[in-house]
Amino acid sequence: MNYLDEQFRLKVGLAEMLKGGVIMDVTNAEQAVIAEKAGASAVMALERVPADIRKEGGVARMAPISKIREIMGAVSIPVMAKARIGHFMEAEILEALKVDYIDESEVLTPADEEHHIDKRRFKTPFVCGARNLGEALRRIAEGAAMIRTKGEAGSGNIVEAVRHMRTIQKEMRQLTVLGKEELVAESKKHQAPLELVEYVAGHGKLPVPNFSAGGVATPADAALVMRLGAEAVFVGSGIFKSDDPERRAKAIVKAATYYKDPQKLLEASEELGIGMFGIDVAKLPESELLQTRGW
Amino acid sequence: MRIGVLALQGDFEAHRKALERAGAEAVEVRTAEDLDTVDGLVIPGGESTTMLKLLRAEGLFERLARFGKHKPVFGTCAGAILLANDVRSPHQESLGLMNLTVERNAYGRQIDSRIVQLRGEEFSEPLEAVFIRAPIIRGVGPEARVLMEYNGDPVLVEQGRHMVATFHPELTADSRVHNRFLEKVRQG
Repeated sequence: MNYLDEQFRLKVGLAEMLKGGVIMDVTNAEQAVIAEKAGASAVMALERVPADIRKEGGVARMAPISKIREIMGAVSIPVMAKARIGHFMEAEILEALKVDYIDESEVLTPADEEHHIDKRRFKTPFVCGARNLGEALRRIAEGAAMIRTKGEAGSGNIVEAVRHMRTIQKEMRQLTVLGKEELVAESKKHQAPLELVEYVAGHGKLPVPNFSAGGVATPADAALVMRLGAEAVFVGSGIFKSDDPERRAKAIVKAATYYKDPQKLLEASEELGIGMFGIDVAKLPESELLQTRGW
Repeated sequence: MRIGVLALQGDFEAHRKALERAGAEAVEVRTAEDLDTVDGLVIPGGESTTMLKLLRAEGLFERLARFGKHKPVFGTCAGAILLANDVRSPHQESLGLMNLTVERNAYGRQIDSRIVQLRGEEFSEPLEAVFIRAPIIRGVGPEARVLMEYNGDPVLVEQGRHMVATFHPELTADSRVHNRFLEKVRQG
């Protein structure tokens, strides 16, 4: 894969512009406007927020086109939309609609249990979830221009996001101290292309921006994942499942900028009202985990 | 000479590195106190609406407008939108440090983003210009100087101590645009 390829640089370029910001899940134009007014750097259009998908069950698909269109018409910030894992036709439709980013997402019900979308053939950039370095590098090899750690979407619990961010950071640091012949074995271990393993060993970071998702519910959560190495934050159910979405959205935006400044974080955390209820992920049966989707 | 990069949101890290490549000392600016320590400021690419909300919420908007009365400011993409005095599509508030009319997202959406090679009077060797969901400058005041155009629209403009680009010189290895800004900071 050629990282100097113009198309790929444009895809990563938009991810660069989203750094330090908050990308918020929205299901309609009204929520999108609240998100933009609160300072979201982009919105993610979906049919139901993860907490509702979890509660209601059923098959979760790409959002209705009319809803995505309505959201695109309501805000001036970038609009992303989710496609099911492996569902390249949903992705082609989203590209024809001209959404700014496509999330091939484990939050939706997978359409293919072996293959992800070949993202290289699209002009629209893709973001994909990952729980560890190998998964991140496989997605990048397929053409993803942005990685987000998966966390556990719709749980309101930051523990999985922390686990995944720490895992990726640690696995990257480990590569930086190894010799060339050792990297070949690492490539096998991580089930990722040697070329990408060598890139990480040489740079100590992924060749694309690395954001965090899945469980952010408070300004402190956002600051925590930023301190652990996230370059921006996705917030799903955490905002519109709280009792004052606008205020919480603003507070999380502030926290993503001032994540190193406890005084500003204190200001952001005041008078927030009640956050989403949340789930103890350790008590969830394996079959209800979203993060295990993706191969 | 210390150059600040407004680090509220966007590709501030890319600008910091580009300034360092050009030989300057670069620091991230998030507060009024940070602003007091720098000789010039870069407003990076990102989302202008997000930056605007944070500038307002943190009481930085007026401080920045005042800073620009005495010291050079360079804005790229979202930064160019914030420096203009007339922002359209939709209308939004801005610092008004330069006499420019700017239309947001004027090329379209991400799929319309592009990389092109451009020349200008003072750029005889082609310069790679990366446009990402870029704005278009629809009009410049008589005091402005257009340094580079693309499709007949100004894309690199200076006015007195300030400068804007609607593209992203920080995403290339070419330091010529940053060098020009550093020259302005040297002159004060």
